[in-house]
Amino acid sequence: MNLGISALRYVEEVKNGSFTIEEFISKTVEQIKKHDGKLHAYLSFDDHVIEQARNLDRKIANKEKIGSCFGMPISIKDNICVKGGKTTCASKMLENFVAPYDATVVLKLKSEDVIIIGKTNLDEFAMGISTEFSAYGTSHNPWNTDYVPGGSSGGSAVSVSAFECIASLGSDTGGSVRNPASFCSVVGFKPTYGLISRYGLISYANSIEQIGPLTRTVEDTAFFLNIISGFDPNDDTTIDNKNEDYLSNIDAGVEGKKIGIIKEMVGQGTDKEVVSATNNAIKKFEELGAKIEEISLDMIDYSVASYYTITSTEAGSNLARYDNLRYGYDFPLEGYEFNSYISKARKNFGPEVTRRMILGGFVPSAGYAGKYFLKALKVKKKLTDEINEAFKKIDFLIAPTVPVLPFKIGEKIDDPVALFLLDFNTVIANLTGKPAISVPFEISNGLPIGIQLIANSMQDKPLLQAAYALQNTVKLPEVPI
Amino acid sequence: MTKIGLEIHCQLTNLESKLFCSCKANYRGFEPNANICPVCIGLPGSLPRLNKKAVEKATMIAMSLNCNTPDKLAFFRKNYFYPDLPKNFQITQLNVYGEHSIGQNGTILVDDKEIRIRRIQLEEDPGRLIYEGISEKTQITLVDYNRAGTPLVEIVTEPDFENERQVRLFLNILSDLLDNLDVSNPSLEGAMRADGNISIEGGNKVEIKNVNSFHDLEKALHFEITRQESLISRDIPIEQETRHWDDKRKITVSARIKEGEEDYRYFLEGDIPWITIDSQTLNKLKADMPESISSKKERYITKQIPAQVAEVLSSDKFCSDLFELAHNESNAIVIANLITTDLMGLVDTDEKREKSKLTHQHLTDLANSIETKEITRTSAKTALQECVATGLPVSEIISTLDLGHISDESELNKIIDEIFIQEPNTVEQTKTNPETINYLIGKVMEKTKGKADPTLTLNIINKKLS
Repeated sequence: MNLGISALRYVEEVKNGSFTIEEFISKTVEQIKKHDGKLHAYLSFDDHVIEQARNLDRKIANKEKIGSCFGMPISIKDNICVKGGKTTCASKMLENFVAPYDATVVLKLKSEDVIIIGKTNLDEFAMGISTEFSAYGTSHNPWNTDYVPGGSSGGSAVSVSAFECIASLGSDTGGSVRNPASFCSVVGFKPTYGLISRYGLISYANSIEQIGPLTRTVEDTAFFLNIISGFDPNDDTTIDNKNEDYLSNIDAGVEGKKIGIIKEMVGQGTDKEVVSATNNAIKKFEELGAKIEEISLDMIDYSVASYYTITSTEAGSNLARYDNLRYGYDFPLEGYEFNSYISKARKNFGPEVTRRMILGGFVPSAGYAGKYFLKALKVKKKLTDEINEAFKKIDFLIAPTVPVLPFKIGEKIDDPVALFLLDFNTVIANLTGKPAISVPFEISNGLPIGIQLIANSMQDKPLLQAAYALQNTVKLPEVPI
Repeated sequence: MTKIGLEIHCQLTNLESKLFCSCKANYRGFEPNANICPVCIGLPGSLPRLNKKAVEKATMIAMSLNCNTPDKLAFFRKNYFYPDLPKNFQITQLNVYGEHSIGQNGTILVDDKEIRIRRIQLEEDPGRLIYEGISEKTQITLVDYNRAGTPLVEIVTEPDFENERQVRLFLNILSDLLDNLDVSNPSLEGAMRADGNISIEGGNKVEIKNVNSFHDLEKALHFEITRQESLISRDIPIEQETRHWDDKRKITVSARIKEGEEDYRYFLEGDIPWITIDSQTLNKLKADMPESISSKKERYITKQIPAQVAEVLSSDKFCSDLFELAHNESNAIVIANLITTDLMGLVDTDEKREKSKLTHQHLTDLANSIETKEITRTSAKTALQECVATGLPVSEIISTLDLGHISDESELNKIIDEIFIQEPNTVEQTKTNPETINYLIGKVMEKTKGKADPTLTLNIINKKLS
């Protein structure tokens, strides 16, 4: 039995009777026992997965109807609520928070009979790109355990990459699905803003973030998107996608499509291996019949500054509720006036969250909002106008997902600005609400490189078709674990 | 010149659910923290979902106050820490980045003076803090989130009031208006709260907060005017400040913290998309709006109902609703009188109105009985009391209580003869003072328990005297 199969293949094999769900789940649990001590993809586990698998096997034996996921083992980033278990956001502030409800995406997956193996590690409250800011220890990249797996959905990427589940759900505020997908050589997708319900996703920067799948193949991403996308009465920002089928015609190809290469994303500050991989990807697209042209976006130099100003402002507000009154960690109230209590209680936020909360208290404050926050919103608006203009002429944008190769654990942790700048290629899709995907493309000296494609709003399906075409041009080695 | 401006908070108590979730909008009567859900207590991962009905009802209020209603509405976050605020921010509205609140620039006539409405906004009510313990040292604070998320409409006026009398009149008009729109029950505790700001000639603006009822606001304003006038008269400057109303001592006291320095870091609430109110929606809302109090009043006057009665009747939704169903062209005046002179006294509280078993049919039947002279106007009052208490049909009440009219001439003759014998002095006096006849009629009514036909009685008495 191969644990590294795709979701679609898994469904086929269970249907064919190649193995039982229990066999697959047991073997997955063994794999986790063997490797997760080192990799630390997971923060918590569901203790009843074998029972769930047996129940589903019984249903199959009795010829009862079961959901389209056939008990497939998946993992969920620990900032998405799963009823009854802990949802910590990898923070001490939510150490003991047990969500009394399922996120909409979790409900939808459960109704298709997935088995949720456990909750995965992340940078605290999804702020970071390496999982080094998790309050519960960093995750390790299965391709080389001295290296970071990327982030913030690092645990999710590791769990998929190291065969500790078949697929995972992460969240992407500025690249948090695509970045670790690129670093761990899996597919990572951020949909059009509003395509997937955020109900049950613990907000960090709610106006730009989305839940997205991390999978082994582009087809698997389409398969999960079919399940979790669409209007949700619990999230007023969701879009009715009329039950679009993202899997049908996935092999439509890219012949005649126009692909724009963003000049600024293959220039200074990009590793030479990454530039070379990008050029190879462009060549592959040309061979497939696509037309390539270079484009430039004036506002792009301000995008990271705008991104951090907006996300910090929203984070300062979204995280204000963690005052330790209704949930949190053990901390006595006695003897404090409310405001001094708040500042004391909030000492349990980690360094990156603290940094952004302080920033978030400053940039939108009276006297400074005009200089920072309102300007950041202007950049966002102009960038959106520019990219909309570009999409009148082209179908997709191409760029490396991350400008650099995975880096060593501890290498950049003391340089927050350097870490911020690594978001340069990914934040643009969040600021403009566009769908974007990272496709595994090369392994350079044992370290993965992903290629990012961006499409116009609601062009998620053509985007997946292009990503599928690119994926099929490469054959990558197996993860060395 | 004294200038007073108001900030009124009014809960939309008649809505089914809260502003952003499906918990009850009317939280009263629940055990503490029993009317809550992940959304209204701001649990991690929960998102607000806007109650469209609240937007519609608030827009109706704005239209009733002659406000401009923008075609695009937005919500903002007001960030501050307070234990009764589950998310540590309040979802509210703001006009700083363009006019996107429910309504602005309205006017309302109060005693022939035009009061300008600056802005109307829709927001969520916080929870409630309950303090227990005797001294400040032993005091504990309990938080009840049942109220958190209740739809709240804030109405801000320009400083157009000159005295507390105008304020009271305005608040009465406003609370009748909200009741008439069927959006709120202003008599529920805490459903309507008002803060005021006030300045007098030569002084700075003082804000008064923490006022829990309209009645207290009037007292607080009165206290403030007196306080400020006495300071001015002694050449002591009036500082710009916020003062709290001390309910126990009935005075205002300076708030210790300067609230003007608070920075709320307002920004757009991304979880609630912009709301477009197109002209079609607006027209539909206009069409759905209940008839206004002034329009009702005018209509009643055309039915020959005296202006004062029409005013009283139209301002009271409970009574005007009854009137609408009970009256026809011929009995309108009788029914209006029955309601305003008799019924209103019988049902002068919400509780009594709820308990009342009176239906509009009772009023129609009573008016008929009066017109056909089956009962007298005085008996009608007795019957009305019975209707309210028992809800039995009017015919049954008349026969059980023996309220039938005495219009039998021989029977009345007999009664009047008896009274003439008992009251020889009065009979004598009528010769010099005709007014005394009323006393004799009164005696007849007393004896017949109000059932005697008044016209017939007078005729008989006059005949006997002449």
